[in-house]
Amino acid sequence: MVSKKIQQFDPVANLQEIEEKFEMFQILNEEGEIVNQEVDLQLSDDQLVELMSRMVFTRILDQRSISLNRQGRLGFYAPTAGQEASQIASHYALEKEDYILPGYRDVPQIVWHGLPLWKVFLWSRGHFVGGQIPEDVNVLSPQIIIGAQYVQTAGVALGIQKRGKKAVAVAYTGDGGSSQGDFYEGINFAGAFRSPAIFIVQNNQYAISTPRELQTAASTIAQKGIAAGIPSIQVDGMDPLAVYVATRDARRRAITGDGPSLIETVCYRYGPHTMAGDDPTRYRTSETDSKWEKKDPIVRFRKFLVAKGLWNEEKETEVIAKAKEEIKVAIKKADETPKQKVTDLIRNMNDGDLPYNLQEQFEIYAEKESK
Amino acid sequence: MAQMTMIQAITDALHCELKDDENVLVFGEDVGVNGGVFRATEGLQKEFGKDRVFDTPLAESGIGGLAIGLALQGFRPVPEIQFFGFVYEVMDSICGQLARMRYRSGGSLGAPVTIRSPFGGGVHTPEMHSDSLEGLVASQPGLKVVVPSTPYDAKGLLISSIRDNDPVVFLEHLKLYRSFREEVPEESYTIPLGKADVKREGKDISIFAYGAMVHESLKAAEALEKENYSVEVVDLRTIQPLDIETIIASVEKTGRAIVVQEAQKQAGIAANVVSEITERAILSLEAPVLRVTAPDTVYPFPQAEAVWLPNSKDIIATAKKVLEF
Repeated sequence: MVSKKIQQFDPVANLQEIEEKFEMFQILNEEGEIVNQEVDLQLSDDQLVELMSRMVFTRILDQRSISLNRQGRLGFYAPTAGQEASQIASHYALEKEDYILPGYRDVPQIVWHGLPLWKVFLWSRGHFVGGQIPEDVNVLSPQIIIGAQYVQTAGVALGIQKRGKKAVAVAYTGDGGSSQGDFYEGINFAGAFRSPAIFIVQNNQYAISTPRELQTAASTIAQKGIAAGIPSIQVDGMDPLAVYVATRDARRRAITGDGPSLIETVCYRYGPHTMAGDDPTRYRTSETDSKWEKKDPIVRFRKFLVAKGLWNEEKETEVIAKAKEEIKVAIKKADETPKQKVTDLIRNMNDGDLPYNLQEQFEIYAEKESK
Repeated sequence: MAQMTMIQAITDALHCELKDDENVLVFGEDVGVNGGVFRATEGLQKEFGKDRVFDTPLAESGIGGLAIGLALQGFRPVPEIQFFGFVYEVMDSICGQLARMRYRSGGSLGAPVTIRSPFGGGVHTPEMHSDSLEGLVASQPGLKVVVPSTPYDAKGLLISSIRDNDPVVFLEHLKLYRSFREEVPEESYTIPLGKADVKREGKDISIFAYGAMVHESLKAAEALEKENYSVEVVDLRTIQPLDIETIIASVEKTGRAIVVQEAQKQAGIAANVVSEITERAILSLEAPVLRVTAPDTVYPFPQAEAVWLPNSKDIIATAKKVLEF
């Protein structure tokens, strides 16, 4: 026998090799130029314009939501500016039959999925009608517990699979959420069942104040999907075309039985964590802010579309006016919704008759609220 | 009718519901080929297929999330948490998510999930396998909590739980799984949730108990009978919500009561029963309502278990204090 020297497995080199393979996927650079010609976008001019319109609408929605919050006309609000590509372009690759499990910053996606804006405003104010999901809208209300939607997404995806539907379940969270146990359990379950799920980690660099570097030793969040045996990609989350294509491809794999995917969108939130007193200057420098603002998704997409002759100032003004009007109408509708009562909340505790304790409490509050 | 142990009655209930409703799904750790570590799901995968009865990866929070997501797709999930001591791993899914689904969605979304799980002491398990943690879930609005004490009740209550449109935590006492058999109808039947059962009628004192403590209470009642005390034993069966009517009617009849639970004394179900009695029936009482419980330590190491767990002697002693007050 000729002894053959087997090269010793080098775990350090192996990790390095894997991490180096996770190159950030980009199609449109900061100048609005296509840098990845090989990708077939399969988007018509109208679709490109629609995507831009939605992103502009969403930026306006963010600005108005912030000011409504400051006026005391909205409650809890987590700003979205900077994340339009990550949120809207990923959503643009979905279909109505797909089911979205959002985090608390992911209000725009569920609005574009069909949840009426006035309901979202009521949800923000803390009114139960805001949580009532119309039957034909496949979304949950934004999740407050970080990462809880991962395991639920695995469940919705398994349900979709068992029903034989051509649809996907989509979880949205952030970089902080990818440190939760539920992240690992959720992607692992979906992988094990080969269910049609897409897990979108919007790496906006900070979990409140804690920087991405402190969340994990992994050089990308995307690579965490490898351990669960699911296709994973890191995309430029400020590039709407890259986000769109990555989500579209993940969806195609999912509905053809190829299981779940993980997408890390590298992006930035310009605003505070929420409007409840977070001050980003405590943990971010203005240099960092302006570095990211140069990558702005709307700016680069505008450049791209203007160069193609698909977008101009007039069009943008039109979208902005439309957004402002729709927001105004939605706020008015939210204002007109009857005040909620404790008896309403008691009624929503269970199906059918109330148990004795709630029945007694219902009567007490009905009496109080009749005065 | 057939003679069944509690575990057989549970399997039978799952069988009935899998057969009657194609939306019922049974899943958890080792519930498939293995039929569950206690064989509660024995033969079910073989009969109903891997699509409806299936193993999951080993992660309780994942199982909880799976149940929620499947419910959102119109299924009626019946997940098993292998031991209720592992519930801490899935507390957010149960208390933070499942229990709040209907409330959070303004009544627009339901979560008809029945979480089955074994618990309870006296069988020398390693740590975290025997704890009575029913109080944790009973304190969460939005959950019903059921603890059967007999094979007949187990089957009827489990079928009702699965058919309920809201989440139910269904706790199966380990020691009762195979401790005795009784007549259980082979066909499907239901026992309403939230209804206690008078397991023994009496005139002098009411003993309220659930799970394994029902049997210790019945033993105590027999012994007290020999001393000419007529003892009523009420099996709560559902500990959240309580069956206030039956509890109060019993106290009004006997004028004396004790409440027995295997769990530690602090912040427990028994305390809740005592409060309800004093709020609603104080004028019927001839004596204070006392509790028989385990002491307020962490669940003991197996060698101390026999003394730590409440038993019929403890119940007799406490009952006598109340009877002789």
